[in-house]
Amino acid sequence: MSEDVEAAVAAAFRQEWGRVVATLIRLTGDWDLAEECAQDAFARALEHWPRDGIPRRPGAWLTTTARNRALDRLRRRATEAAKLQEVALLPHPDAPDDDASSGISDDRLRLIFTCCHPALPLEARVALTLRTLVGLTTAEIARALLVPQPTMAKRLVRAKHKIQNAAIPYRLPPAHLLPERTAAVLAVLYLLFNEGYAATAGADLVRQGLCEEAIRLARTLAELMPDEPEALGLLALMLLHHTRRAARIDDAGDLVTLEEQDRTRWDRSQIDEGVRLLEAALRRGPAPGPYQVQAAIAACHASARTASDTDWAQIAALYGRLAELVPSAVVELNRAVAVAMADGPAAGLELMRGLDASGELAGYHLLPATRADLLRRLDRPTEAAAAYRQALALAATDAERRYLTRRLSETTGND
Amino acid sequence: MGAAPSSHREQPIMNIDRAVATKEKTMRYLLLACSEESLEANSEEVLPTAWVREMDGRGVRQLGSRLRPVSDATTVRVRSGELLVSDGPFAETKEQIGGFDLLECRDLDEAIEVASRHPAAKSGTIELRPLWEE
Repeated sequence: MSEDVEAAVAAAFRQEWGRVVATLIRLTGDWDLAEECAQDAFARALEHWPRDGIPRRPGAWLTTTARNRALDRLRRRATEAAKLQEVALLPHPDAPDDDASSGISDDRLRLIFTCCHPALPLEARVALTLRTLVGLTTAEIARALLVPQPTMAKRLVRAKHKIQNAAIPYRLPPAHLLPERTAAVLAVLYLLFNEGYAATAGADLVRQGLCEEAIRLARTLAELMPDEPEALGLLALMLLHHTRRAARIDDAGDLVTLEEQDRTRWDRSQIDEGVRLLEAALRRGPAPGPYQVQAAIAACHASARTASDTDWAQIAALYGRLAELVPSAVVELNRAVAVAMADGPAAGLELMRGLDASGELAGYHLLPATRADLLRRLDRPTEAAAAYRQALALAATDAERRYLTRRLSETTGND
Repeated sequence: MGAAPSSHREQPIMNIDRAVATKEKTMRYLLLACSEESLEANSEEVLPTAWVREMDGRGVRQLGSRLRPVSDATTVRVRSGELLVSDGPFAETKEQIGGFDLLECRDLDEAIEVASRHPAAKSGTIELRPLWEE
């Protein structure tokens, strides 16, 4: 029985934390108070639920409890008549889990937009989102983002001060700012996902869990903004990457390239969901944005039964589209790889000439590594070996160095 | 999550929003318009005349002025009790504060919107600093 209650509280924490905090921030305007009272409410649930039973609507119970707690604290703090009046005005949260359209779940949307406001530094946006919407502790966020705990604590405090002092609003951006601000929110969620995706098998579980949290937040955002195809596109993109998590790292903890992955270990149901969401997004929007295009690329990979089944011509075209939407050297490099697969290594090498000349990716080991692979396939082993050596000098992790060393010895072996 | 009809529940939420709105809490920001002085020179299109008229009309601009160039500036410091006066500011940056305005806005988003229409936003940089008020 008590285990059931603990599980119920844990489940409520995952589902309701962000909602409770978001509502309390709206009611009190005080971020710290909102977090403390939310924490109190969950502590009380652990006390009361075993005795009184799990409430029919845990979210409503938690929000009301947190709100009453805030009322108590504000009363104790308030000495002047004016402040007492403010406390008396503290609105009742209203049954919070009654209806998503009643404005209550908009609290979470308000919270997301405030946490991801462009006037906050990017690292602070990520940390604040994890703290207030996901409910990770400062220590957990510090571990997840590989930052010392005092640094993280300072970062969070500074961000909350700036929200207060610069009056960063707690509401949805006006219509003319919405596209730009939505892009900022999506960027934060994608960054979170990539942090988790970059974590290796041996890494801290909290760090690995970032992918799931990012997916959960993207899901919430897609629900809250049903008219935003890019939110769906981002969710699809995350799912289509996450589907490969079991296959992309081998028993030794090394990264397995897409080509060499055991595709039977990909999560089929997640692929199906990702593809379905992407199709829904594409139906909704006029021209697909960058997340939808990237999701489409991931879908091409995910739906190929074997590496050789991959529709590289389609992927090359999609990278071309992506380069128009968000021009960047990394996108160009990926396009060169896709073109090399579709039209042969010589065509890829030709595209890479511009990249080499621009110098934008100087110091990025994947630039010489890609050139090396293309030269190897063109049967130009001497040049390939030189490029592999260049890449080796730039590679940052042991796993990458092991991979490149293996390729280099294969190349020089054929020499 | 239940899906109970919510029409009767929307009322209090709207009242809350109105209560907040009628309090009309405003914030004051100092807008610093920074641009390269050579650019600034007297060109009429860089001068925020139309912007000033519009923002005064909207009631978001309380006061402000264009500033004389850095060559007319004086730097004052006191070190170990000694007064040090010198010419110009020491900043190495090309961009200089060419003017300032005191804004009164609802929140940062409104201040950003107002700042984005200032001509210096296109040619230079605008800094928004909330006033330290409590």
